[in-house]
Amino acid sequence: MGTGHAHRLYRHGHSPVHGLPPHTKLAAAFAFVVVVVSTPREAMWAFGLYAVLLAAVAYAARVPASFLLKRLLIEVPFVAFAVLMPFVAEGERVGVLGMSLSVNGLWGAWNVLAKGTLGVAASVLLASTTELRALLLGLQRLRLPPLLVQIASFMIRYGDVIADEMRRMRIARESRGFEARGVRHWGVLAKSAGALFIRSYERGERVHLAMVSRGYAGSMPVIDEVTASRAQWSYALALPGAALVVCLLGWTL
Amino acid sequence: MHVPDGFINAPTSAVTGVVAAGAVAVSLRGARRELGGTSRAGEAERGGERTAPLAGLVAAFIFAVQMLNFPVAAGTSGHLLGGALAAILVGPYTGVLCVSVVLLMQGILFADGGLTALGVNITDMAIVTTVVAYAVFRGLVKVLPRTRRSVTVSSFVAALVSVPAAALAFTFLYWIGGTTDVAIGKVATAMIGVHVLIGIGEAVITALTVGAVVAVRPDLVHGARGLGPRLKLRVNGELVDAPSGNTPSGTTPSGTGPAPAPVAARSHRKVWITGLVASLVLAGFVSFYASANPDGLEKVASDKGIDEKAEEHASADSPLADYGVEDITDARVSGGLAGVIGVGVTVVAGSAVFWAVRRRRSDDASPSSTETTR
Repeated sequence: MGTGHAHRLYRHGHSPVHGLPPHTKLAAAFAFVVVVVSTPREAMWAFGLYAVLLAAVAYAARVPASFLLKRLLIEVPFVAFAVLMPFVAEGERVGVLGMSLSVNGLWGAWNVLAKGTLGVAASVLLASTTELRALLLGLQRLRLPPLLVQIASFMIRYGDVIADEMRRMRIARESRGFEARGVRHWGVLAKSAGALFIRSYERGERVHLAMVSRGYAGSMPVIDEVTASRAQWSYALALPGAALVVCLLGWTL
Repeated sequence: MHVPDGFINAPTSAVTGVVAAGAVAVSLRGARRELGGTSRAGEAERGGERTAPLAGLVAAFIFAVQMLNFPVAAGTSGHLLGGALAAILVGPYTGVLCVSVVLLMQGILFADGGLTALGVNITDMAIVTTVVAYAVFRGLVKVLPRTRRSVTVSSFVAALVSVPAAALAFTFLYWIGGTTDVAIGKVATAMIGVHVLIGIGEAVITALTVGAVVAVRPDLVHGARGLGPRLKLRVNGELVDAPSGNTPSGTTPSGTGPAPAPVAARSHRKVWITGLVASLVLAGFVSFYASANPDGLEKVASDKGIDEKAEEHASADSPLADYGVEDITDARVSGGLAGVIGVGVTVVAGSAVFWAVRRRRSDDASPSSTETTR
C-alpha cells in the first residue's frame, strides 16, 4: 500500500478541534474506534449516528468533505475484500439479482465496511487536525515508552529525507536510460534498495554523533510540556461519550 | 495486508494488543544491545542513546523502501514488506521495533490499518514475520558454510518462509476472532496461496538487497556478523589465530574491525531454532497437502454450510462459538490445520516462556547488584 502516503496530511487551521491538546485527541479517537468496533453489527442505525458524530467533528474542525473523502480512498483494498465476502461465506443464502449470496457474508461485509470506514475517518480527522510533532508529544504524554516515541520522531523527521534520496536514485537511474519493466530489472532496483539502506544507516550514525556532540545522552528534553485542562478533556471526550451512548442503545434495543 | 477496524473481534484485538506491547517492550531492551555495541549493564544509557537515531533511520528506510515499486508484469507491481529484510540487516529486536513503529505511524497518520487492529497488525506483520525470518535465517547460516553466498541463500529462504508464516498467523487470528465465519480452510488456502506468491517476490528482492549490502558493507549486516575471516597475528613469521580471550566480544564498535561473534552462538538457542525450523517445515508441508485437495475443501464447505443453518448469527462474534463450529467440520482437514497452527503457537509460546525465563534470570543479576549498593 505504498500509494497515498504522499498526501499532505495536516490541514492548517485554528478551529476548536485544532486547538485541543494532542493527547486528548488521541485518546478520544482511540476510544471512539473502540466503541465503534464493539457495537453489534445488526444495529445499522447506530453506525449512521456515528457517521453523523464524525461529520459534526469534521464541521467543527472545518475539514471539507472532499478532503475527507479523498483520504478515505486508502480503504479501497478492503472494499474489494468485503465485496467478496458474501460470495465465499457460509450459512443461509439469499438470491439477489440472480446471484446466491450468503446472509452471514453480507453481514460480515457490512461489518467490515462500516467499522473500517468509521475507523479510517476517525484517524484521518485526527491526522488532519494535529501536527506531526504535537502528535508525537501526545503519544509521549500518553505514556508510550520515550525511546519508542524518539524512534518514531526520527522516522518522521527523516522519512522525507530518505524518500527524497530514493527519488534522486530513481532520477539517476532514469537519466541513464534505465526503466524497470519486469522481473529482469529487479537486480538494479534491489541494489538501489541496498544502497538506500547503507545511506540511511550511515546517516543515522552521523546524526547520532552530531547529537552526542551537542550533549544528547539518550533522552530528549521536553521543553513544551503539553497539559490539558479538565474542560479540554471533557470537550475531547464528548465524541466517544456520545458514541458510547449510541453503542449502549445499540446493545439494548 | 493491513487489517482494518472491525475485521477481528474486540477480545482478540485486545489480547494481540497485549502481546504486541510485550514484544515491543522486549525489543526496546534488545535493540539497545544490538545497536549499542556495548552491552555492559552499567552502560545501559549508552546503548539507548545510539538506538533512537539508528532505529529511527532504519524505520524511515523501511517506510521508504515499501514505496519502491518492483514491476512484475504489464501493469502490476509489488513492493517489499520489509520484515525479513529488517531482521537480517539490523537484527531481530531492532527489526521488530522498526516495523512496529512503521505500522504505528501508518495507523495513526495514514489511517492504513485500524487503530484497534494495531495489535493484530503488529503481532502479524512485525513480530511473526521478523521472528520467523530471523530464526530461519540464523538456522541456515549455522548449517551452511561461512560464505557470503550462504547469507544470500539464507535470506532468500528466510523471506520466502516469513511471508506465508505471517499469512498463517493471520489465518489463526481470524479463526479465533474473525467477525465473519468464512470457512477456515478457505481462508487458509486463499491466504497462504496468495502469500506464497508474494513470498517468492519478497524472497527474491530481499536476497538481492542483502546481497548488495553484503557486497559493499558486510559489517553493517547483522546477520553476516562473524562471517569475516578471523583476526590472524603474524608471530615469528607464521600466522596464528589471535587469542579471542583478550578482547571481550562486545567491545568492538559495530562500525569497524572484526565484528563480534553472532548472538546466537549459544547452544540452547540452537535447540529451539531447530525446533522452530522443523515445525515450520512441517507446517508448510501439511498446508500444501491441504491446499492440494481443493475438492475436499469444497466438500467441507458445503457440509459446513448445511450444518451452520442452525447457528445463530449473534453468537458468531464470540471466540468460543467459532471454536465449536470449527470443531464440528471435517475432522481431517480442520484437524490437520489446527494441528499445524497448534505447533506454531506452541513453539512461539514456548520460546516466549523461554525468553521470559532467561530474561528473568539475567534480570536477577542486576537488581541484586543495585540492592547491595543501596
